Amino acid sequence: MTDPSPPLLELRNLTTVFPTRRGEVRAVDGVNLTLRKGQILGLVGESGCGKSTVLLSILGLISRPGRIAGGRILLEGRDITRLSGREMRRIRGKDIAMIFQDPLSTLNPAFLVGEQIRESLRLHNMMPGPPWPFDRGRKAREKKRVLEVMEQVGIPAADARYKAYPHEFSGGMQQRALIAIGLACRPKILLADEPTTALDVTIQAQIIDLMRRINQEHGTAIILVTHDLGLAAEFCDHLAVMYAGRIVEIGSTDEVIENPQHPYTMGLLRCIPTVGERRAIEPIPGNVPDLATLPQGCAFSPRCEYAREVCNQGFFRLQPVGTDGPAGGNGGHRARCLRLSDYRLPEG
Amino acid sequence: MRLVKVVERLLAAIPIMLGVAIIVFVFMRLTPGDPVDIMMGQGGAVSEGEIERLRSEFNLDKPIHVQLGLFLADLARGDLGNSFSKQQPVAKLIGERLPATIELAFGALLFGLLIAFPVGILSAVRQNSLLDRLSMGGAFLGISMPAFWLGIILILIFSVNLKWLPVQGRIDYDANLQEVTGLYVLDSILTGNRTALVSSLKHLILPSISLGAAVAAIVARVLRSSLLEILRSDYIRLARAKGAGEPRVVLVHALRNALIPTVTVVGLQVGVLLGGNMIVETVFGWPGLGRLVVEAIFNRDFPLVQGAVMVYAFTFVAASLVVDILYTYLNPKIEL
Ligand SMILES: Nc1ncnc2c1ncn2[C@@H]1O[C@H](COP(=O)(O)OP(=O)(O)OP(=O)(O)O)[C@@H](O)[C@H]1O
Ligand SMILES: [Mg+2]
Repeated sequence: MTDPSPPLLELRNLTTVFPTRRGEVRAVDGVNLTLRKGQILGLVGESGCGKSTVLLSILGLISRPGRIAGGRILLEGRDITRLSGREMRRIRGKDIAMIFQDPLSTLNPAFLVGEQIRESLRLHNMMPGPPWPFDRGRKAREKKRVLEVMEQVGIPAADARYKAYPHEFSGGMQQRALIAIGLACRPKILLADEPTTALDVTIQAQIIDLMRRINQEHGTAIILVTHDLGLAAEFCDHLAVMYAGRIVEIGSTDEVIENPQHPYTMGLLRCIPTVGERRAIEPIPGNVPDLATLPQGCAFSPRCEYAREVCNQGFFRLQPVGTDGPAGGNGGHRARCLRLSDYRLPEG
Repeated sequence: MRLVKVVERLLAAIPIMLGVAIIVFVFMRLTPGDPVDIMMGQGGAVSEGEIERLRSEFNLDKPIHVQLGLFLADLARGDLGNSFSKQQPVAKLIGERLPATIELAFGALLFGLLIAFPVGILSAVRQNSLLDRLSMGGAFLGISMPAFWLGIILILIFSVNLKWLPVQGRIDYDANLQEVTGLYVLDSILTGNRTALVSSLKHLILPSISLGAAVAAIVARVLRSSLLEILRSDYIRLARAKGAGEPRVVLVHALRNALIPTVTVVGLQVGVLLGGNMIVETVFGWPGLGRLVVEAIFNRDFPLVQGAVMVYAFTFVAASLVVDILYTYLNPKIEL
């Protein structure tokens, strides 16, 4: 299988650091990712492994004193890490939109929901017309498009809800409103940072369905950040597993789920509760590492049941491990572990 | 709908005002010092009979609960009584001084806000920068420096040395201002008197700065700290992710929310300013409420003190009502 389309978004050796009192934290450390049109890529890992930082780096929204210390972010072949503030602003919300975890705190409490969606259109002049002040009909055109988007994301009675404030919405409706803000300018890429974590299960399913529909109808590529490997397995066609700022395993969802190669991925898989199956959930022993004081070598080795002495020395590359070869998207199934051959899951 | 609520709130203020009236009445009478003695002390030798006559004229010979009853009955009719020391209606005396105080309060508020907003916003946006440190140091000075002291320094620099601005009063005598509202700047505009406008503005500048410096400092600090908190919030991150530029993020998305705590503080400052400031009024020869009230307290001029306190109480009630109304606009989660 060959990839027909050129990459929409490529991260090349992306490194994002935060200076802290206890030294520089490499929240994202040499991450490589490729996203093509229409793809859904899942970025999974425990809390604090740098998932959100990857997304915020893509949008150029790392807050100071944090910064992108190295690597490139190519949007349709153009490096966007070197753009001016103004050029970057033209990309944010237009080419790449982002939706966040906690919908209530992410909507501005002081403005009408409809106006917050309309602002996206306004900022990117999506409904162009004669220059100000001659464009009398602009607001009406924008409002019409807002109502369209609200209906598209499943907000009923859009007309009335346009004039409501965020706190008057339910959690699910707030998240739909956020998605509407993201979709208003028909972005090519949607970055979704744990979009369902704050919602209850039935609403979660609705929001996931909605994102799938958007992906299918508009070909919008999606990066879904989640710590829920089960959700990612169900929704994404590619998975990248992150640990302590690095990708430790990446590949097509089927490959990664059916044939996990990194002990951390295996551990995550054992944490997924399955309905009907009365299997004990096995948490991964140990704690999420402190990024300011990472061990030498493999950051996972202190928690790894297969760890050997050699694991805490040197640097390990992502190595091809899968059966689908390098062409499986994102360079095929690869994992970052020293003694890969030893770590095959027992068959069956 | 909203009007009904406003009226409700005003009615709810009546018991508060009543409580204030009773407390100030009782406390004035508990303070040592007798109004008639003080008046007579100024008048030289007077007979016992004269003193008795004055006592009964002021109702001071009656039991305290009867006096209170008379005071409240007058109050209910909107009558604040007559001043002991000035022998004139309290309402008239206060009415004469109120416009000067309002004008100065407005000037001080305007100066305070004009300084506080840029300073508060810039120091929040550039947190820990030199500008931030300087302006927060300045704010500390503004809060701790007595207004009269600042006033004296300003007079020395701008009036005595540079001779740019007048030392005393509200307007030059030869400006020929025809009074309409008693607010001289407004009256100059209403009557189209350019000389009076320039003169009254010039007189207003230094006292406004003296009083407004503290307002500027207090408001700038509140604005800065609430902006700092808001700029870290999720919805600000979303505004940036939508592609909004930094000026829009700060001035629209953040400022709108930062105004909520700021308005409370500004409302409180307005209440304080409308009380008048005796010392600043004395330094600038400004005929405002502050001096009138302090004199009234020294003279044990019960009706005048009571009347002034009622005006203060009403000002605070009104200011907090205005704050609450503004709140409902700024914070959609709150209803009146
Ligand atoms: N502004 C910041 N200053 C200092 N360190 C930061 C900052 N933002 C993130 N970090 C550090 O970067 C690391 C990655 O954070 P990030 O928010 O990307 O994790 P995450 O995978 O999204 O976690 P979560 O699942 O909790 O959202 C964390 O260890 C955190 O301590
Ligand atoms: Mg996160």
